Amino acid sequence: MAVIQEHAKRRIKEIVASHKDEPTPLLIVLSQIQEEFGYIPLEVQEVVSEEMNIPVAEIYGVVTFYSFFSLKPKGKYIIGVCLGTACYVKGSQNIIDKFCELLKIKPGETTPDGKYTVDALRCIGACAIAPAVTINGKVYANLTVDRVEKIIKEYEGGAN
Amino acid sequence: MRINTPQELVNKIRSCEKCLAQKFSGETGTKALLVCGGLGCISTGAGDIISLLKTKLEEKGLQDKVSVDSVGCFGFCSQGPFIRVYPGETLYRMVKPEDVDRIIEEDVIGGKIIEDLIYIDPKTNQPARTEKDIDFFKKQIKIALYGSGIINPENLDEALGYGSFRAFHKVITTMKSQEVIDEILKSGLRGRGGGGFPTGRKWQFALDQKSDVKYVVCNGDEGDPGAFMDRSILEGNPFAVIEGMMIAGYAIQATAGYFYVRAEYPLAVSRLKKAIALLEEVGLIGDNILGTGFNFRVYVRLGAGAFVCGEETALLNSIEGQRGQPRPRPPFPAVKGLWQKPTIVNNVETLAVVPYVIRNGADDFVKLGTEKSKGTKVFALGGKVNNVGLVEVPMGTTLRELIYDIGGGIPHGKKFKAIQTGGPSGGCLTEKDLDAPIDYDTLIARGSMMGSGGAIVMDEDNCMVDVAKFYMEFICDESCGKCTPCRIGTKRMLEYLQKITEGRASLEDLDALTELAYAVKENSLCGLGQTAANPVLSTMINFRDEYIAHVVDKKCPAHVCKKLMEYYIIPEKCKKCGKCARVCPVSCISGVLGKTPFLIDPLKCIKCGMCYSVCPFDSIIKR
Repeated sequence: MAVIQEHAKRRIKEIVASHKDEPTPLLIVLSQIQEEFGYIPLEVQEVVSEEMNIPVAEIYGVVTFYSFFSLKPKGKYIIGVCLGTACYVKGSQNIIDKFCELLKIKPGETTPDGKYTVDALRCIGACAIAPAVTINGKVYANLTVDRVEKIIKEYEGGAN
Repeated sequence: MRINTPQELVNKIRSCEKCLAQKFSGETGTKALLVCGGLGCISTGAGDIISLLKTKLEEKGLQDKVSVDSVGCFGFCSQGPFIRVYPGETLYRMVKPEDVDRIIEEDVIGGKIIEDLIYIDPKTNQPARTEKDIDFFKKQIKIALYGSGIINPENLDEALGYGSFRAFHKVITTMKSQEVIDEILKSGLRGRGGGGFPTGRKWQFALDQKSDVKYVVCNGDEGDPGAFMDRSILEGNPFAVIEGMMIAGYAIQATAGYFYVRAEYPLAVSRLKKAIALLEEVGLIGDNILGTGFNFRVYVRLGAGAFVCGEETALLNSIEGQRGQPRPRPPFPAVKGLWQKPTIVNNVETLAVVPYVIRNGADDFVKLGTEKSKGTKVFALGGKVNNVGLVEVPMGTTLRELIYDIGGGIPHGKKFKAIQTGGPSGGCLTEKDLDAPIDYDTLIARGSMMGSGGAIVMDEDNCMVDVAKFYMEFICDESCGKCTPCRIGTKRMLEYLQKITEGRASLEDLDALTELAYAVKENSLCGLGQTAANPVLSTMINFRDEYIAHVVDKKCPAHVCKKLMEYYIIPEKCKKCGKCARVCPVSCISGVLGKTPFLIDPLKCIKCGMCYSVCPFDSIIKR
């Protein structure tokens, strides 16, 4: 098992301490860790468990329940393809298939070089511009299958 | 500055009203530009437009004369980005950053309307200068969306100048808790989150509980795919929702309120937090509000991506830091809710309507709607409809009015097939339902439900079996796993649907699927499982022929299910340009440039559709 670095441990303790006045702050703590570190591996859960006095099994149960929490690190660019109903009826399944085909991964996976993650998103509420894709927060509107390759190329050079 | 007494609040509201009226009338020589800040407009360039407007106005030294605000969603998303110019309310649509100079020069400075940025009515070809002239807006009445798209959602003064906290003032100075509940009961307001439970009755249960601590929880976990009403309300006028929560708090004698909002909605969350901070600053949230002895605190909690948390007891578990799994009821949350204290859980839209009901009186509110469904409902109209967007219509409006008059009909002259309401818990309504009035009871009687307000239009190109499979995949993924009928039943139903869409199913499978669907419906613990089978049952009833086509003929009539369709190049129409062969990722298209028509090898084809989308001559068909 990997050893968690001292400064990361310190930061996690800080996060836990900053919410100690809240009743039942586990979800807030985990959300903040996910946001700062990008994932919540078991070693981190153990620190949280110690600090909050909650069994690690319970924390693991929570981490694996919510789709926002990840046990593994995600790619540098997170490609979120909206599969909400409005996007789906306008063909977003073909869009995510194309991303996966070109990057040779499945939805939810990260490329071996750690560059891209393809996520299937539940509605992002951008139904007016369906099908929609977000890449690290940037929204691509009214996508078509033939634009997918071009979009990946945008990120190939590392200019972004 | 702190507002200490009810009288000070009245004075403050009066001065804010005057300010806002001046801003819109331009009587002091100013102009105001409101830019739609809904997600649709932002992702098509509204952000750039706002910053460009500000820089250019500053360059010209006009920043004190002309204000620029990013406001809540205008609703007409398919025509965005929008700018509304005051005075006059001229609406410019599909504005691009390069139009900014002209808007400043010609309209703001020159006072001339820019004709080519005005919406043109596609039926009459006549320009429609303001929202009052546009069909999309004509049948709408803004109650839940009151102030959205008009006030700056990060400016408390504008909210106060546009009706906010007048209802709260009325409640806290002239009404007792029971009187507030009586007024809500009289208004017939029903929960806008889906179930349609009478709001007043929920409040009454909570008021009747004896407890030193009670909570109001606002359900902003809008997980229904294809719905964005709650997000738009929170982004457009968070003050109205907070005010509704505080009125609810006063009515049930609670001391704290929790907002539970999806983490997928960062802008809504930040605006909500900002609004709460502004209200705390002036003392409208906190202890001894307006010196009346009423204490109320408001907190925000974020979801973490679990659809089931929209179920009220699962939501409460999630706030408590646990897995978002539902609790058996009874006890109901009104008796034992958040941290085992009496709690009411109301949807965003419900709370947004509350101030209106109090401000204008229940007698006014009941004028709108049908016998058992009063007021209005916000819908997120999406899918295969021309005017995609956010609409608020009186209950009792027909689906035809919604789809054709407001929605502008189906694009590309395609045929209407169905409208899905209620998301994964709802069902689809078809041609025969078009003239049915939209209200809670009619939709249920016709095999769907109101739901939170997602309304997805489907046309002849959508396969209804595929749609049912889509919802079942969603539900299967989101089932929390606590009860067996839902956890295993949805998985088994999905397997049947996969068999059907892949042409491996028999007619017996259809019967087994139906039987299973009813079993899941009747035996699941919470609303998620109890409604999970609805999309399957409703499509099987309305589109049995499509199911039969998949099972017996092994064909997908809409050419969506990949295993049951193929791409085919019509040799007579093929211009032999070879474009299709060049984009084919598996090189399964052969032919000789300029000489022989191209041909797809159906055995190698992976049905990605690239050739279909690039063919310049529409020579490729699905069959």
